[in-house]
Amino acid sequence: MQPTDISHPDYFHKVVDCQWACPAHTPVPEYIRLVAQGRYGDAYMVNWKSNVFPGILGRTCDRPCEPACRRGRVEEGNGAKPEPVAICRLKRVAADYKEDIRPRLPQPAARNGKRVACIGAGPASLTVARDLAVLGYRVVVFDAAERPGGMIRSQIPRFRLPEEVIEEEVGYILGLGVEFRGGTWVPSMKALLDEGWDAVFVGTGAPRGRDLDIPGRKEAAANIHVGIDWLANVAFGHVTAIGRRVVVLGGGNTAMDCCRSAKRLGGEDVKVIVRSGFDEMKASPWEKEDAMHEGIPILNWLVPKAFTHAGGRLTGVTFERVKATHDSGGRRHLVPTGEPDQHFACDDVLVAVGQENAFTWIERDIGIEFDRWGMAKVDPLTLQSTHPRVFFGGDSALGPKNIIWAVAHGHEAAISIDRHCRGEDVADRPAPQASLVSQKMGIHEWSYDNQVATDARYRVPLRDLSRALADIRVEVELGFDRELGFAEAQRCLNCDVQTVFADRLCIECDACADICPMDCISFVANGEEAELRTRLRAPAKNRAQDLYVSGGLKTGRVMVKDEDVCLHCGLCAERCPTGAWDMQKFLLEMAQAGAPCRSRPAPRKAA
Amino acid sequence: MTYLAKPKLHHPDLPQNRLGYTRRDYEGTVSTLCAGCGHDSISAAIIQAFFELAIPPHRVAKLSGIGCSSKTPTYFLGQSHGFNSVHGRMPSVLTGASLANRELVYLGVSGDGDSASIGLGQFAHAMRRGVNMVYIVENNGVYGLTKGQFSATADRGSKSKRGAVNTDSPIDLVGLALQLGASFVARSFSGDKAQLVPLIKAAVEHRGAAFIDVVSPCVAFNNHPGSTKSYDYVRAHNEAVNRLDFMPRRDEVTADYPPGSVVDVVMHDGSVMHLHKLAADYDPTDRVRAMNYLAERAARGEVVTGLLYVDARAEDLHYHLGTVDAPLNSLGERELCPGAAALREFNAALR
Ligand SMILES: Cc1cc2nc3c(=O)[nH]c(=O)nc-3n(C[C@H](O)[C@H](O)[C@H](O)COP(=O)(O)OP(=O)(O)OC[C@H]3O[C@@H](n4cnc5c(N)ncnc54)[C@H](O)[C@@H]3O)c2cc1C
Ligand SMILES: Cc1ncc(C[n+]2csc(CCOP(=O)(O)OP(=O)(O)O)c2C)c(N)n1
Ligand code: SF4
Ligand code: SF4
Ligand code: SF4
Ligand SMILES: [Mg+2]
Repeated sequence: MQPTDISHPDYFHKVVDCQWACPAHTPVPEYIRLVAQGRYGDAYMVNWKSNVFPGILGRTCDRPCEPACRRGRVEEGNGAKPEPVAICRLKRVAADYKEDIRPRLPQPAARNGKRVACIGAGPASLTVARDLAVLGYRVVVFDAAERPGGMIRSQIPRFRLPEEVIEEEVGYILGLGVEFRGGTWVPSMKALLDEGWDAVFVGTGAPRGRDLDIPGRKEAAANIHVGIDWLANVAFGHVTAIGRRVVVLGGGNTAMDCCRSAKRLGGEDVKVIVRSGFDEMKASPWEKEDAMHEGIPILNWLVPKAFTHAGGRLTGVTFERVKATHDSGGRRHLVPTGEPDQHFACDDVLVAVGQENAFTWIERDIGIEFDRWGMAKVDPLTLQSTHPRVFFGGDSALGPKNIIWAVAHGHEAAISIDRHCRGEDVADRPAPQASLVSQKMGIHEWSYDNQVATDARYRVPLRDLSRALADIRVEVELGFDRELGFAEAQRCLNCDVQTVFADRLCIECDACADICPMDCISFVANGEEAELRTRLRAPAKNRAQDLYVSGGLKTGRVMVKDEDVCLHCGLCAERCPTGAWDMQKFLLEMAQAGAPCRSRPAPRKAA
Repeated sequence: MTYLAKPKLHHPDLPQNRLGYTRRDYEGTVSTLCAGCGHDSISAAIIQAFFELAIPPHRVAKLSGIGCSSKTPTYFLGQSHGFNSVHGRMPSVLTGASLANRELVYLGVSGDGDSASIGLGQFAHAMRRGVNMVYIVENNGVYGLTKGQFSATADRGSKSKRGAVNTDSPIDLVGLALQLGASFVARSFSGDKAQLVPLIKAAVEHRGAAFIDVVSPCVAFNNHPGSTKSYDYVRAHNEAVNRLDFMPRRDEVTADYPPGSVVDVVMHDGSVMHLHKLAADYDPTDRVRAMNYLAERAARGEVVTGLLYVDARAEDLHYHLGTVDAPLNSLGERELCPGAAALREFNAALR
């Protein structure tokens, strides 16, 4: 293999698994260390800059970082159930215990004369608004709803996300001089463009809940509700009760919110019934756990066939039992098992079988091209549509995802809008800021805590179940207290503190390879990657993780480090007599709108 | 050194041996030697060898004298018996222990100062008596622990860190061991575990005195130009006469070698050593020729490594003395005090 090019920011960025996996590339270990030090305000600001809604995300994020977290791999084969660091809930710790951070928020620059319209006041638009308002743009956010927040406010139930948190964090953005026009549906894109905005950002989400067109749907309509509409009605207080027996159809996160809401509004016998198997459900594992903890059974492999009704009233739902088979191409099919259909009696049904986009208000002859699925054609990097002044982001851009993706899109779209308004090439993207700084303080002293905690993941304390179920506005999770937050933060491995190797200093004494608790380091003859991976002290089976390969050493061998399960404990560097290993903190911050454009380095070839 | 204990976490795929132990179970506490010391590599090789042999750690006794090298038993086999004796006295303490309990595996760890200076006499007698042990000298050419004075194995003409030239003749412990009748004699280098680990395994399985001289650079006091025990010097002058694959009897022999390139040596317990010849004319079963070969090569400044001599049929001290088969601590009062009649009979035999 060629020696690893560690000067390319992607190399060490990839080692920080959580940050790499985070759509907004939040510097996770950086804020976790700050939480451990009790510097909650600082930890909050690291998040605020990167993901805009730390308090909201600290309770609701889909956390793509956690399945990626190295801790989960490191704990494999080491006793208890391997679990990642509770990255998301540590974000909440920062938000809960921070001091007043308002003085630390940026001041908007003097107005630059440019006007930007954002349609929809969800996280995507609000991110665009924040990034651009600071630069002096005049940003107006339109939303059909009275209050800003998008689905954060209309869909996510208050028992997961209290109103005050939304008020606070949306407030920080509006406080930057962003104008919010609530209760304002934008009926025509053409008309809006004619108003002469310098740019228009579409952050209208995926507002339409998919229905289930099976026999009985019309007849029993009064007691069949589309999940996301029903949740919005609950959020805004229009719906305050539901029948005693409730069936929720669907296996995603919306289904989980529906069933848990129903349980709080009078549903005593609430069930979730899903076509697929338990493990294939779209809902995150923790959402399923939370629902089951509240006494809601999840039934699998049942396909709804018909709504049953009597005298114009819903009486239940009939299901066909199925199993999964795989065809020769490996594709999965659900086929009936032949067992008799099953009927579940109920008073209400909540249908949570998916969401769709709806762009009825965008004319098709104004230069915005759509694909055959009814989605606007959007450049996935710049988020520009085929109309140079129109940009998309969040669920409206590439289909329904989640808040953190909406934020990530918002940042990229803001960069595009800023470049567009300054007449610069939108495709030319500013590079992230990356730095690499030695953490060495003394012979075996580092400016990070290199002792590896062996604690298992801590559970977030919950409110007493009977209290939680009694009031839909009471938050279920109590959050970590400071002590638990500290203990959980100590589980973080500091993956951003990188092992950096200097070939010319190495005397090949083996000290590092001998001390390494995880057998990461090998001194071997070089070879092709696939073959080299089999010859290391521990075979490097995880191809998603890179090998760090040095140049040739005195004996003609090379140093190969498998990044996969490194603890970042720094023992290799402590044991190295010559300082050939050093522990250096890699801090990468994504560029935001207004960053000078030094062109981004070409992406690395996938390893 | 480091202040931190090595984290308990280990690689998810860390293999287990026949006993269900991982290599980590054969470690000791974290080393306090200088970072980069060759002795730590030898400790790692010992850990690897005992793990691979699947020896129950509590069936091992590790004994040492005084010195950095003699400190190392703390850093491996943390679950084994250990005894730090006085300077140069490991061999006699070990001999006593071995006589008392012949069922343990005895591992003596010493330094060149410990064995070639103050303990030279002790070394000699352990070798000639054939104490059933593995005797490892971690040879760095200096007294590391007392800050780098030349030891008796330092080559004439080699330089100290401050530039002083050694004018004394060196003691070659390998040569001595051969002359004194050791039945397994090897030399290796701390920086070459591929060579060292099989040698340690074979030495453990050997019956009788098995001596391994391991050149082990002292990074603090003897790793400079002008030293003949530095990483660079040893790498440049290392002449391996063979490579060893050690096959414990219970493992199937699967390796397939070109004819003529390998000598198989069957050990007393049925284990097999496959010796890959590197020097075509080297025969490790011929003591006299081995001594000549080593002397010739040493004169050329080469550091000859590998399995230098083995007598697979050798007998040990217990055999020579006709000692009782059972360890003394397992003997009951009846065996130890056979009574007045037995005493009378014994005395009569002496009249
Ligand atoms: C039940 C449910 C629970 C969820 N839970 C989570 C969770 O826990 N974590 C998570 O990360 N994500 C969750 N999501 C997904 C998340 O809410 C969305 O991905 C995210 O809000 C998308 O943000 P956005 O900015 O694209 O638009 P949205 O938040 O969808 O906001 C779009 C806004 O645009 C407005 N709008 C639309 N068209 C117009 C128009 N023509 N004129 C004016 N206004 C208009 C709408 O009123 C709406 O307020 C959940 C979704 C649902 C349905
Ligand atoms: C009886 C006695 N004399 C002298 C000493 C001082 N002393 C301690 S270690 C040592 C030499 C150790 O050299 P070596 O065995 O080569 O070990 P190294 O530290 O080099 O590994 C000496 C002379 C002592 N501890 N006891
Ligand atoms: S251990 Fe910490 S730094 Fe490493 S991936 Fe997990 S959260 Fe990120
Ligand atoms: S920091 Fe060094 S010693 Fe620690 S696990 Fe990583 S490679 Fe091994
Ligand atoms: S400890 Fe340092 S000098 Fe020794 S092998 Fe490792 S990197 Fe090289
Ligand atoms: Mg010495």
